[in-house]
Amino acid sequence: MCEVDEENSGCLQSRSVPGVCKMCVKCKENTAVLIIRVGDAFCRSCFKEYFVHKFRAMLGKNRVIFPGEKVLLTVSGGAASSSMLAQVQEGLGRDAPKKLRFIPAIIYIDEGGVCGQDPEEREETVAQLETIFRKTGFPYHIISLEQVFSLPSSVLEPVPGGARQPGGDYKAAVDQYIQQSKLKQKRGEASVEEAQDSLTHLNIYSPPSPEHTQTLQRLFSTLKTLTAKEDLLQTLRQHLILHTARTHGYSKVMMGDSCTRLAIKLLTNISLGRGASLAADTGFSDSRYGDVVVVRPMRDYSSKEITFYNRLFGVESVFTPSLDTKAPDKASIQRLTESFIIKLQADFPSTVSTIYRTSEKLHTASSPQNSSAEPSAKCLLCLCAADTKAEEASAFQATLLSERLSVGKAQSDPAHSNPASSNPASSNPAGSCCQEQGCGAGGCCSTSRIPAPTDLKTLLCYSCRLTIKDLITVEALPHYITSEAEKRQRRAQMKEEIGEFLLDEDEDAE
Amino acid sequence: IRVHCGRGVFRGGGSQTSCDSFEFHRGEPSWDMKQLLAWIRVNLLKERPELFVQGDTVRPGILVLINDADWELMGELEYQLQDQDNVVFISTLHGG
Repeated sequence: MCEVDEENSGCLQSRSVPGVCKMCVKCKENTAVLIIRVGDAFCRSCFKEYFVHKFRAMLGKNRVIFPGEKVLLTVSGGAASSSMLAQVQEGLGRDAPKKLRFIPAIIYIDEGGVCGQDPEEREETVAQLETIFRKTGFPYHIISLEQVFSLPSSVLEPVPGGARQPGGDYKAAVDQYIQQSKLKQKRGEASVEEAQDSLTHLNIYSPPSPEHTQTLQRLFSTLKTLTAKEDLLQTLRQHLILHTARTHGYSKVMMGDSCTRLAIKLLTNISLGRGASLAADTGFSDSRYGDVVVVRPMRDYSSKEITFYNRLFGVESVFTPSLDTKAPDKASIQRLTESFIIKLQADFPSTVSTIYRTSEKLHTASSPQNSSAEPSAKCLLCLCAADTKAEEASAFQATLLSERLSVGKAQSDPAHSNPASSNPASSNPAGSCCQEQGCGAGGCCSTSRIPAPTDLKTLLCYSCRLTIKDLITVEALPHYITSEAEKRQRRAQMKEEIGEFLLDEDEDAE
Repeated sequence: IRVHCGRGVFRGGGSQTSCDSFEFHRGEPSWDMKQLLAWIRVNLLKERPELFVQGDTVRPGILVLINDADWELMGELEYQLQDQDNVVFISTLHGG
């Protein structure tokens, strides 16, 4: 194998030595300032035109965002999301020929508590971002990650998907909007109203209490690997964004994932066992939350394009350290995948676009039953359809079995005697030892209020199970997660108890 | 000749210990980018240079701009630095 690879590498050296000072391929007049793809060199003004057009084309083509809709822009301060903010601002500008017509607001999640920033640094970062946000004139929400501890468990409750489908509907909505705005303009109140609106919605940042920061840090310190930490951070961040979007009535959330980032995410998620939800995780629009749809308008830009745009046209961004700052390449799956793809990209410039095109072809096979499926069929943490109802002869069951066998040798397996467990995962001995611990502390399993890790696991998809498995104790998890888990378990239990008296749903429909 | 080097958003990992921007002076003959990188590696990167340079060149994922233009257009490592040049390194990697 190795020999073959070495032979091939000679002829696969696809990158040629670059020519010096090319002309722009588009206008053929000015000197090019950057190479976007192999051989495509653009000058400054052509690049700007191309970049701005691509953003609007992305939104126009997909017809997901309706005019007048409230949209929440998630800005981390990094290059891609700052660039997205700048594009939205540009698109809403009055002189823009194809004006964007939605109502934007900004959200920033301050993760400094887990990423090793001290309170002063966090305040400084927030202050920097606030100046950027204020310049846009959009209302903004600045939320610290510590607020996960005050989230209600309703965040995790699945909401049936909106029935509104893009298509014919879209045109009607646009027409309606144009008429309405004409009426408003006649009365001359539109601009005043908007301005007032943005002022009243300002959400002032209040520094989190040190106790909450400590609880949060404890939670992350109970995770053994950086992979799991990054995964949990993303989950919690997502819940906060979702909650803010719901409470303030934003029906769309825009994320700034670039095409490079999505290519990395795609391969990372496959490695993390999230294959079943790839389409939702990397697609243009993600409707897993039902009432709030996540869109990724930056997915056509490579990180190089974004960085160049920001640099050439003065888009400000703020550096915030993340969990993997200064980490070595092999610190986490996420990090390793990133360095793998970026290194490959350096020698083979079409790597990212190839992976990205693959992600475009993925679709969730969402049958109508799926959207109205019972709550327990969705993963508690990532809210994707749980992939654990796999049939007997699946790779998933095989993994569970081999795990059970390899752990089973070491200890006896009392969970097998548990008649209530219908899911094979709950008879997993790794969890049963925790149940025993619970018995020791609380007296009896059935009276214990906090679900043991096994119980939590049955509510999760395969990948989230792996993350939670890494957690030493589930007690450190925020309350809204444990309470919703408890609720779902009680419901499942009740359903089982009254199961024989229930009419079959299919019969009911007929 | 006088060359100004700086970093944009880049706080790149280990090189956080080095200064944000610097100028350096050098007489004839001028340096090319390869020599500049080698010099940065030796003189500025105190902690974990592999987060910035790998082999002769910069780590993949770090963009190099010479006078606000892509260094791929300028001949990359072979580019001869000229007086008043402005070299910027920007990381596109996660976590800076």
